[in-house]
Amino acid sequence: MVKRLTASPLVWPALALIALLAVNVIVTPSFLSIRLQDGHLFGSLIDILRNGAPTMLVALGMTLVIASRGIDLSVGAVVAIAGALACAHIAGSADPAGPGTVITAMGIALGVAAGLGFWNGILVSIFGIQPIIATLVLMTAGRGIALLVTGGQIITVTSPPFKTLGAGYALGLPVAILVSLSVFALVGVLTRRTALGLLLESIGVNPEASRLAGVRYRTIVFAVYVFSALCAGVAGLMIASNISAADANNAGLWIEMDAILAVVIGGTSLLGGRFSLTGTILGALIIQTLTTTVYTAGIPPETTLVFKALVVIAVCLMQAPKFRALVRNRRPRRTSAHRTPEPSPKVTPIAQIHPVSEMSQL
Amino acid sequence: MITQTAPRRVIDIADLIRRVRGRYLSPIASLLLFVVMFAGVVGRYDFASPSQVFLNLLVDNSYLIVLAVGMTFVILTGGIDLSVGAVVALSTVIVATTLQAGWPAPVAIATVLVVGPLLGLLMGLVIEYFDVQPFIVTLAGMFLARGLCYVISVNTLPIKDPLLRELGLKYLYLYEDKFIRWTVVIAAVVVVVAVYVLHQTRFGRTVYAIGGNRQSAQLMGLNTSRVRVSVYAISGLCAALAGLLLAVQKLSGYSLNGIGLELDTIAAAVIGGVLLSGGVGFVLGSVIGVLVLGTIQTFVTAENLDSYWTRIMTGLLLLGFVLVQRVLARNSLREASKR
Repeated sequence: MVKRLTASPLVWPALALIALLAVNVIVTPSFLSIRLQDGHLFGSLIDILRNGAPTMLVALGMTLVIASRGIDLSVGAVVAIAGALACAHIAGSADPAGPGTVITAMGIALGVAAGLGFWNGILVSIFGIQPIIATLVLMTAGRGIALLVTGGQIITVTSPPFKTLGAGYALGLPVAILVSLSVFALVGVLTRRTALGLLLESIGVNPEASRLAGVRYRTIVFAVYVFSALCAGVAGLMIASNISAADANNAGLWIEMDAILAVVIGGTSLLGGRFSLTGTILGALIIQTLTTTVYTAGIPPETTLVFKALVVIAVCLMQAPKFRALVRNRRPRRTSAHRTPEPSPKVTPIAQIHPVSEMSQL
Repeated sequence: MITQTAPRRVIDIADLIRRVRGRYLSPIASLLLFVVMFAGVVGRYDFASPSQVFLNLLVDNSYLIVLAVGMTFVILTGGIDLSVGAVVALSTVIVATTLQAGWPAPVAIATVLVVGPLLGLLMGLVIEYFDVQPFIVTLAGMFLARGLCYVISVNTLPIKDPLLRELGLKYLYLYEDKFIRWTVVIAAVVVVVAVYVLHQTRFGRTVYAIGGNRQSAQLMGLNTSRVRVSVYAISGLCAALAGLLLAVQKLSGYSLNGIGLELDTIAAAVIGGVLLSGGVGFVLGSVIGVLVLGTIQTFVTAENLDSYWTRIMTGLLLLGFVLVQRVLARNSLREASKR
């Protein structure tokens, strides 16, 4: 059991998260406490969940793209564009507080986001351009387009219904986190209870072979890019709604990097293939906890990035097979006399495969 | 004998032309584009001295040229270096801080030129020996370098050192009243050295070989590990030097310098015909890419457009180039299968 657990790729991110939380509890003993106030839950843990919701959502979309052997650098730009479009529509309408206006605004934003995802999908699957360059185009131009929409200004809106998505509460929990978790559940069911996940992994492992085997390469690649852009669009709405403004310069800045980090920390390889949604969620939580830790532990905020870099490197090294082999080879040397021989390498890969697929089925 | 070899030589030449066209087509296309764009901009705004406009392009973008050279090495091996923008900022901050602390200029410069390659070396070692993807490692490097900037100082630090001021402000007259600055000379030296290293040394050939096919390169007995680590150190060195050039140009150090600079650098390389999959491209192509980006900037400034137009136009241009390259790659593939 212990061996199976340590072989699971989810162990390292989970341990990292627990370690981070432990550090927080030591520094601020009240860290884990959650209190109920006005029917809403408050506390550092809830904060982590709420502030991490957009990254989590973007990272979920990113996981599927990366599983298909792609990468989507344009999500930050899509976040900015979605926020800009929604705020521009609400600010320009006669009735900013009306639910109709808000729904139209969100519809426009998500429609355009889906269109941008479609565009990425065209470049990647029809023109066959490397995903990193194909999405680099939109990453470069996208923030410019968002600035074009807002006219280079920060558009502020006063619309209570719009504020619900990013700052509202339902069932005692922030709406943002409920949205992210339901998307997680939906994607989990779609990829693990149907063949979709398997087809996606087969494309990531070998696109040519899966095409020859009759997998609809184009349709699936299109779908993952559109889905990724939609996730980014919703995240953009969340961010804009949380601050009731569209800041085309800073909304979602570096969110693509955070999302990719979350995916990698969660144990999904950038080379495509096997993916773990649970791992991604853990990764996103680690990144957000890291930021929160810096604030609550009284570490100067300037050092957040240094801190982040060190944790990222540590977690990535822990997962690197070569680094693990290095550590593993050292260990028996010290205690070789007392230990039974190392388990044969055949056992580990099998043990590695099962926990992932089981655990990522929610 | 003579009659037999003669036709064969003709075929060789034809083959050579075909091969040259394949390899040089992208850079030549970018060069043509640059000439057309530049001529268009100069014609539209009727600048007093087109040659000075061109020289200003070099003066304003000397640091980007140096960065693009370093990036070309990395991309040629099939890797990527996202840390360069942050390393540039780190260099400007380090040089400004150490000078303020009263260090002599040469020591401050030497410190920067050690820190950059060291960071690159560390990233290269992790990439090569622990098999972690370059994208992630250099992303962590970007966070680390940017974070170190903030730790050192969050303020804009002026540089008052006479040597650096001289480097940054002095005009070097080429002829009549046409001038460049020392930064351009430094960038030009970097380009020449890089071209020599890539095309005339075993190291350079190994760089291309790794990008072409890592395994074959290794089986051929080339020292791929050392070269693959070195390119990141080279990129770090170039980023450090670019940081110095930027510090000299702005005469200040600031931790928010160079945000998104890695994207500009990658875009310049791609526009210049360097393939992100590795093994294809030239340093001079990347330099042309930088000039194309510089021309867009000149146009946006001259047209008095908002600065975000630069980004939109860069994106469109990038798209155009990527599509053209794709079509070319398909055609050459078709030609190859015909043969």
